Amino acid sequence: MKLNKVFWAIVAPLAAIVTSLLFVSGILLLKGNPPYETLKTMIDYGFTPRNIVAELNIASSYYIAGVAAAIGFKMLLFNIGIDGQYRMAVFFAAVVGGAITLPPILHVTLIIIVGAVVGGLWGSIAGYLKVKRGISEVISNIMLNVIAGGLVAFLLQPGRLGEQAEGSNNLNTPILATSGWMPTIKFLDGEIHSFLIVSVFIGIGYWVLLNKSVFGFNLRSTGMSFRAARAGGVNAPRMIFVTMALSGAIAGLTGMGTLLSETHSYSISFPAGYALTGLALALLGRNHPVGIAFAAYFWAFLDRSAGVLDLNGVPREIITIMQGTIVLSIVVAYELIKRINQKQEQRLVGSASNEQIAAPKIESEKN
Amino acid sequence: MSTLTKSKLIKTVSSPSRMAIIVAVVLIVASVVRRITGADDITSAGATGATLRFTVPLLMAGLGGLWAERSGVINIGLEGMMIAGTWIGAWFGFLHGPLVGFICAAIGGALIGLFHGFLVVKIGIDQAVSGLAINLLALGAARYLSSIYFATNGGDISLSPQVKQPGVFSIPGLSSFLIDLNAKNIIVISDAAGILGGFVTEVSYATVLLFLLVPISTWILWRTRFGLRLRFCGENPVAAESLGVKVFRTRYIALAISGMFASLGGAYLCMVSASVYREGQTAGRGFIGLATVIFGNWRPTGVLAGSFLFGFTDALRVRQSTSVHAILLVIVILGLLFAMWKFFQRKYKVFGISALSSLIVGVIFLKVPKIPDEFVTFFPNLATILVLVLLAQKLRPPAMLAVPYREREEGH
Repeated sequence: MKLNKVFWAIVAPLAAIVTSLLFVSGILLLKGNPPYETLKTMIDYGFTPRNIVAELNIASSYYIAGVAAAIGFKMLLFNIGIDGQYRMAVFFAAVVGGAITLPPILHVTLIIIVGAVVGGLWGSIAGYLKVKRGISEVISNIMLNVIAGGLVAFLLQPGRLGEQAEGSNNLNTPILATSGWMPTIKFLDGEIHSFLIVSVFIGIGYWVLLNKSVFGFNLRSTGMSFRAARAGGVNAPRMIFVTMALSGAIAGLTGMGTLLSETHSYSISFPAGYALTGLALALLGRNHPVGIAFAAYFWAFLDRSAGVLDLNGVPREIITIMQGTIVLSIVVAYELIKRINQKQEQRLVGSASNEQIAAPKIESEKN
Repeated sequence: MSTLTKSKLIKTVSSPSRMAIIVAVVLIVASVVRRITGADDITSAGATGATLRFTVPLLMAGLGGLWAERSGVINIGLEGMMIAGTWIGAWFGFLHGPLVGFICAAIGGALIGLFHGFLVVKIGIDQAVSGLAINLLALGAARYLSSIYFATNGGDISLSPQVKQPGVFSIPGLSSFLIDLNAKNIIVISDAAGILGGFVTEVSYATVLLFLLVPISTWILWRTRFGLRLRFCGENPVAAESLGVKVFRTRYIALAISGMFASLGGAYLCMVSASVYREGQTAGRGFIGLATVIFGNWRPTGVLAGSFLFGFTDALRVRQSTSVHAILLVIVILGLLFAMWKFFQRKYKVFGISALSSLIVGVIFLKVPKIPDEFVTFFPNLATILVLVLLAQKLRPPAMLAVPYREREEGH
């Protein structure tokens, strides 16, 4: 049974990727681009040393978003608010970090903590609304994402919390003092954000929290059965609230690698769309810390290697289509597997109970 | 005793005349505020016209959301369906004129709706996942297709060639009469004339036809057998099925209509609100449509009211953003009137909340010279959150909204 699970956990994502590859190949053929060659150029380009480094950096952000989504999923919460949580968090972390100067390690720690706290607070709004008002976290988070985007855009105006470099259209927060920078690690042809190490620890922490702590046990049991958990003495509403806040806090760390090791300030060019990515990765990696890691690298690889497509006359949006198809195929695959397993179990239970009914008969015949 | 007779009195006033009283009060207040602040745009014919053009896309997305949610399926993919509508509308509108554009957008939207239906109804995957994936796919597909079709026809990857707009009409005589009256600057009367003038001057045929979908939706959902069954599927699919309602089929139809409406809203955006497809044109309107469903308490007239409100603020922001500031004063006065009314009803808690919030808005009005555009942009979202927080008890969503349902397999 355990082996069966592992088998499906590997086959299903692969099947989804193959399905989407076939689909995308079809689209490429429609326009007259050769699928095999296109794919080969992409892979060649994606695995150049310079790109591997860039992919690792992107993947580290994606990974954190994926873990944030996965924690929510474990509680049956659909945290589509990662976008807003991340944006609020990285913005306020940049503002606080830019406003003060502290000894090196303290400064970085403070920035990270501010990010986690702001993300957690923003996430807990949706948690509060869900617990106290019964409002679906999907709806409230969608609204909160827009509000977060608007608030940050408002605060980023020059004269408020942001500034505008002369001769540039880009608005950004004040540059962090060097004590607030995180070093980069030389690797291959580029520099890896040392925040990557933090994201590895986030993954380990996620695993430990989930599998080795009372909170994790409660989390998983509440996610499996609300009623059973409540009967077992778990305060389910509180669990929802805490999970939502925790998921938000982790989402708040999503942009930290870029902030601390690359840009050193928040600007409007910080990417959007982490919510969708995070949810997709959690689905693809089946909420498992290692699975999400693979998924995150794969996603970053797709994003990065898409850059070569435009040069070859293939619109890079083919990658967006591919990612969308992967998400759909993976959830369809899981749903079908679940259905098949349920049928199998039913059959097993059915035959077992038939035997039990049959057994006393034989005994009575003997007597 | 007196409260009893008062509340009876209020109840005996029929709902249409109550509406009339509310409209009259709002009109008077708006008129006074216009005089005080000089924000002429809040009751001009031009603003009404713009409001219509901003309202219809939200309305269509909202009605689309309403149809899906009434059948028990949440449609997060509205945004993607709108994007599809803008693209299809622009492309076929460019090739064969606006009518064909609208028809093709409707068909395309219905197909995407059915696809969503296949995923969530037949296969049973998470409704939010399916919707989000549709948004992602539509975004990618629109850009991909633009690079193929628009780029070779005088547009580029994010812009279509010019699309012909559907025709407009003004009601002869009445239109010019109302606009003259609006210019005369008589209190209340000119304001009423300005607002009405916007409804009869250079109105697109598409606007009229799409507005008709509000009464049609109400009629189908609340006055026909099919509508009853559809709402039944949203309230209690198990009971519905035991009474012989085909839950899957009903939900498929609901989602096809949902996709069709959202897509029509997209087509309207690129052919009436603008005359070109531009990337990012929908700008989250699908999600605001989702918000109007909540705001409108899952009723077509409520969705209409919500769309008007959000469309109006959007139109003011684009035309003359100082007017948005004047609207604050309207809110303050209306809020205080509402508070007084509640005071006479002896509902002191509601009185306290509304009086206090009106005063807060009043302070903002006096202290802040201009409402930042960013705030106006997320006003619909904030308003929806506030409605959810303050009025959650009074909202009546379909009972089995977004709860997965499996039809009983044959042979059981």
